[in-house]
Amino acid sequence: MAKMNMLQAINNALDLAMAKDDGVVCFGEDVGHFGGVFRATSKLQEKYGRARCFNTPLTEQGIAGFANGMASQGMKPVAEIQFADYIFPAFDQIVNETAKFRYRSGNEFNVGGLVFRTPYGGGIAGGHYHSQSPEAYFAHTPGLKIVVPRDPYQAKGLLLASIACPDPVIFFEPKKLYRASTGEVPEEYYELPIGKAEVLQQGKDVTVLAWGAQMEIVQKAVDMAAEQGVSCEVIDLRSILPWDADTVAASVKKTGRLVINHEAPLTGGFAGEIAATIQKMCFLHLESPIERVCGLDTPYPLALEKEYVADHLKTFEAIMRSVNF
Amino acid sequence: MTNPNNATITTVHRAAFTGGDALKIPTLRILKDDGSLYDGAEAPTLDQATALKMYDTMVFTRVLDERMLAAQRQGRISFYMQCLGEEGTTVGSAAALTEHDMIMAQYREQGALRYRGFTLEQFMNQLFSNELDLGKGRQMPVHYGSNAINYMTISSPLGTQIPQASGYAYAQKLRGLDAITLCYFGEGAASEGDFHAGMNMAAVHKAPVIFFCRNNGYAISTPANEQFVGDGIACRGVGYGMKTIRVDGADILAVYQATQMAREHALKHHEPVLIESIAYRLGAHSSSDDPSGYRSKEEEALWRKNDPIARFKAWLLQQGWLDEAADKAKTEQLRVDILDALKVAEKVAKPGIEHLISDVYAEPIPALQQQLDELKQHIRKYPDAYPITAGRFE
Repeated sequence: MAKMNMLQAINNALDLAMAKDDGVVCFGEDVGHFGGVFRATSKLQEKYGRARCFNTPLTEQGIAGFANGMASQGMKPVAEIQFADYIFPAFDQIVNETAKFRYRSGNEFNVGGLVFRTPYGGGIAGGHYHSQSPEAYFAHTPGLKIVVPRDPYQAKGLLLASIACPDPVIFFEPKKLYRASTGEVPEEYYELPIGKAEVLQQGKDVTVLAWGAQMEIVQKAVDMAAEQGVSCEVIDLRSILPWDADTVAASVKKTGRLVINHEAPLTGGFAGEIAATIQKMCFLHLESPIERVCGLDTPYPLALEKEYVADHLKTFEAIMRSVNF
Repeated sequence: MTNPNNATITTVHRAAFTGGDALKIPTLRILKDDGSLYDGAEAPTLDQATALKMYDTMVFTRVLDERMLAAQRQGRISFYMQCLGEEGTTVGSAAALTEHDMIMAQYREQGALRYRGFTLEQFMNQLFSNELDLGKGRQMPVHYGSNAINYMTISSPLGTQIPQASGYAYAQKLRGLDAITLCYFGEGAASEGDFHAGMNMAAVHKAPVIFFCRNNGYAISTPANEQFVGDGIACRGVGYGMKTIRVDGADILAVYQATQMAREHALKHHEPVLIESIAYRLGAHSSSDDPSGYRSKEEEALWRKNDPIARFKAWLLQQGWLDEAADKAKTEQLRVDILDALKVAEKVAKPGIEHLISDVYAEPIPALQQQLDELKQHIRKYPDAYPITAGRFE
């Protein structure tokens, strides 16, 4: 075990993956010698050479297309999109190409080795284009897997699993936690399962569900609720696609209540999908309406960021509304 | 003095623009319409067997196109796209590759596919989206692909294969393979952002890829002069720092020679090469299009004379490699074979219901398995409404 922050854990995962498999290649804007604007690929070029860790021209659709091509040849490209806000130029390559590669060819070809890594989320005064959480856009796309870690241990285990996964994965990294989140991380290779939620805290009154950087915020709200005598069950979803409905449903059948929190705007956000599914799976067990605590349906603002975000106080209020319904 | 990327530059001291027409890229022609060579031109080294395979492949695609367009008109298949007029372009280029080279196509390159060994039955199974189709009946007709012959499965979004070809070729280089990638696209697709992205990525990362542009004058109804104002597509290759050549696409010897040279260069120097082939899209864009709405019969007639098959045939006859009577009999037999294969393929069952969810992922995710189970229940209840699949499971 070693103490690592999330960037170090990601860097360590990439290092191990590149050492393990010659087919793993890291590239993106400023990823090469400089090691990435957040330093996630630090020292990888020195260690594995320019052919396996390199800068690309500034073109997200090019990065995604190039990655699709490499993966279809059988390699395992780990492509970085500098900010999730800039993944949209690659939307066509990811949605129409990456996601459909295996299906449309009848499994003649696939891009299973592919991982897109991208920093996402707010809380860093990033305004419109350094704060977005676009996971719901991709959750509507069969063929993709979507993973969001909450801490360094999760980041390393889930990233290694994503690289090993026979399906293409979008790996959203909560950049707010890059340096802020630290913890003990095994130095050796390990994987954590994709598609499995994790129950972080057992409780009996209400299930509180989130992912990524929101787990810390949710925990604060849950602690406040505990002081009011409310027992919360806390779940980290970890994978948006496929998502672990069974774990969430089992919890809600026990607690009878569900509060979902995410950074992204409410309308069309992934909480809507969860709410609809759980409402169907748990209809006879629900004691109150499912609560969604999300960003407003606005672009991500700068000056009023604190007002905008789905913070712990809003989450606490939703928990209390849910138990007092 | 150097530019930021260390290129040597020259300086002037009075302002002067460089015009878009400063660079006039010539067109390579080797073969005249009558089958003789231009003065000073030299035919590429080509043995009789290869030459005849090229010719037969062109004839095959023309007859197939004719027959399958008719089949679409009869409502037997849902959609079709011909490559009429561009047979020389696709066959000439494919013939210059080895079987290890990857081909990534747009959709109007059945000549290359056939040259690679895609069988008549495989064409038919894909066109009829039956259960023998390699693509499991999921894509529209003409979206062919086969791993066994290194022909990447075609997709409809235009230009997406261009950066993919760069990445594929880069991987070939990294693995030290004795192989390159050839990427076809039309002059309309070259207006997509992915063209720019893919060309630049390949140039910067030294990927051994041949970008092969079929400039056939039209993107559906849009003539090339509404697509760009520069000197075609070729001039752009120079802008990306790429070796570039323009060829007459109706001249299969020119296409073959240019592609052969491009392959050698790409493999030896690990560099991309751009080939722009000028031919004319003689047919409609697709079975859903009628060109009489946007171009004249006179224009089409003018280009019809520029027939790649007739020109190559004249050359083969002059070589003494082709027998006119035998050729005619062979073409007649081909018509029969194609019709027979069509009749067989249209009777083959559609893919089973499990292929609705297979291959979305390597293994179906639980939600998908559940959706299939629910669908089966539904079909059991209303079998008459789902005749293709009802009664075919459990």
